[in-house]
Amino acid sequence: MKQSTSASPPASGFTRRKFLQGSGAAAAATVLATTGGEALADHHGDEVIAGETTITLHVNGQNRQAVVEPRTTLLEVLRYQFELTGAKPVSADGSSGASTVLIDGKPMMASTLLALSVRDKKIETVESVSQRNSGAVPAAFVEYDAQQCGFCTPGFVVAVRAFLDKNPNASEAEIRAGLNGNVCRCGTYANVLQAVIALVKGGPRG
Amino acid sequence: MNNFAYAQPRRLESLLALLSPTPGETEVLAGGTDLVGLLRERVLTPERVVNVCDVEELQGVHEVPEGGALALGAAMRLDELHEHPLLESYTALHQAICGLRSLQYQAQSTLGGELCRRPRCWYFRAGHGLLADGGRLIREGDNRYHAIFDNAGPAKFVSASRLAPALIALDARAVLVGPEPEYLSVVPLEELYQTPIDESQRETILQPNQVLAQILLPQADASAAVASAAYEVRHGEGPDDPLAAAAVSLQIESGVVRQAKLVLGQVAPTPRVADTASRLLVGHAVDQLRAEAAGRAAVADATPLSRNEYKVQLAEVAATRAILKAAGLATGGFDE
Repeated sequence: MKQSTSASPPASGFTRRKFLQGSGAAAAATVLATTGGEALADHHGDEVIAGETTITLHVNGQNRQAVVEPRTTLLEVLRYQFELTGAKPVSADGSSGASTVLIDGKPMMASTLLALSVRDKKIETVESVSQRNSGAVPAAFVEYDAQQCGFCTPGFVVAVRAFLDKNPNASEAEIRAGLNGNVCRCGTYANVLQAVIALVKGGPRG
Repeated sequence: MNNFAYAQPRRLESLLALLSPTPGETEVLAGGTDLVGLLRERVLTPERVVNVCDVEELQGVHEVPEGGALALGAAMRLDELHEHPLLESYTALHQAICGLRSLQYQAQSTLGGELCRRPRCWYFRAGHGLLADGGRLIREGDNRYHAIFDNAGPAKFVSASRLAPALIALDARAVLVGPEPEYLSVVPLEELYQTPIDESQRETILQPNQVLAQILLPQADASAAVASAAYEVRHGEGPDDPLAAAAVSLQIESGVVRQAKLVLGQVAPTPRVADTASRLLVGHAVDQLRAEAAGRAAVADATPLSRNEYKVQLAEVAATRAILKAAGLATGGFDE
């Protein structure tokens, strides 16, 4: 593979203007040219990483070292290096939601994030997220019997926390739509719904 | 997952330099919701993966200097688009993002990544190639979720993007850059997509060393307000892809449609602009009968496969309800 590290100028004798095709191209080029400031000096930048490398991940308030390959997912690091086994490996494509974690506060699927792509991000797993608000989300799940085999539960707990942080006064329809990214094969949805409704109303323990 | 080399550049110039001109040698990674699964299943086996999420030129919403358009950075996350104050009036876009109905996908998927999602065709996902043996496996096999239009050639998958119909209805244009940063072309978004005729082609016109950098959206003009809507027919609750989808934009003056653009999704290898149906709306007020006539026209030339005739009716219903929804009328269907 060509290992070019810098863009070379067009080989032919055309001027730059020649390469702007389509209505609005010149205006779009202006936007692209003026977007973004100086690249940060400490950013990973254009470095190509191959093979094993040691990285630092910021997980649950701690900086932790992991040895990863480019193909290593965040879920694999959490489970097999950090022993944070709450996030579950269910679906390769993240469609189950069982590996939901918070990345800079937003719910994402650890199974579809490469570990290298979340350097510099704040990662929170269910082990930390479930403690928030005095553990109100797990308490509601227990109160309303919102799990059966429990395998999907950690993903649900993180998703519920992220959903409630953004939608504290959600309606039932909004809860159903908002938690659509988590799948429970036991079919505990009705009880999960009741638990979240209780949390919106002030929690099972007030 | 096969191993690969990885880079996470910060500038467009570096990104383009890291992409190989050879098909399949490098892949562009955005949110990861699609590509990481394809890598894990070895459907794609690139030598290098280049993450575009930090590229500064691909961030944010900007007003284009000549005016009249907004430039949306392709690396923007869908929830950022949904919450952006400059995008409030693009109703169909918001409805399409809400239609994903998964907090995780909304937070993790990017605009460019969603528009370039690979087809969900189960033969492609099982490693039989994009066309599944020149279309034979689909023609003879289980094609219940496959194309009902434009399926006479080898390509019978359906375009996977759920934002594309809405953005095409809103007259979005795509800004493609590469192989050098100076090579820039702007095409109507519908022209980003193509129906491949052999395995050397993909479902977009993007070259291996070209990236989708921005989406340009025409800026809403107060004198000619545009109403728009997106409607998806889904199997039920859950994160599955819709069975049929439609989006429409209507420019309505004094109760009469002056311009209309209806686009079907999940029915063909590309998003499908329904010109005849759109024309049926122009010059008339939108009511139930008019919307139903346009819906019928939108699917009049459907050519379903052996097991997907049911999708013709679903596409008709999606088109009819998108039109009614845009006009602010009751659709008669379930919709959040």
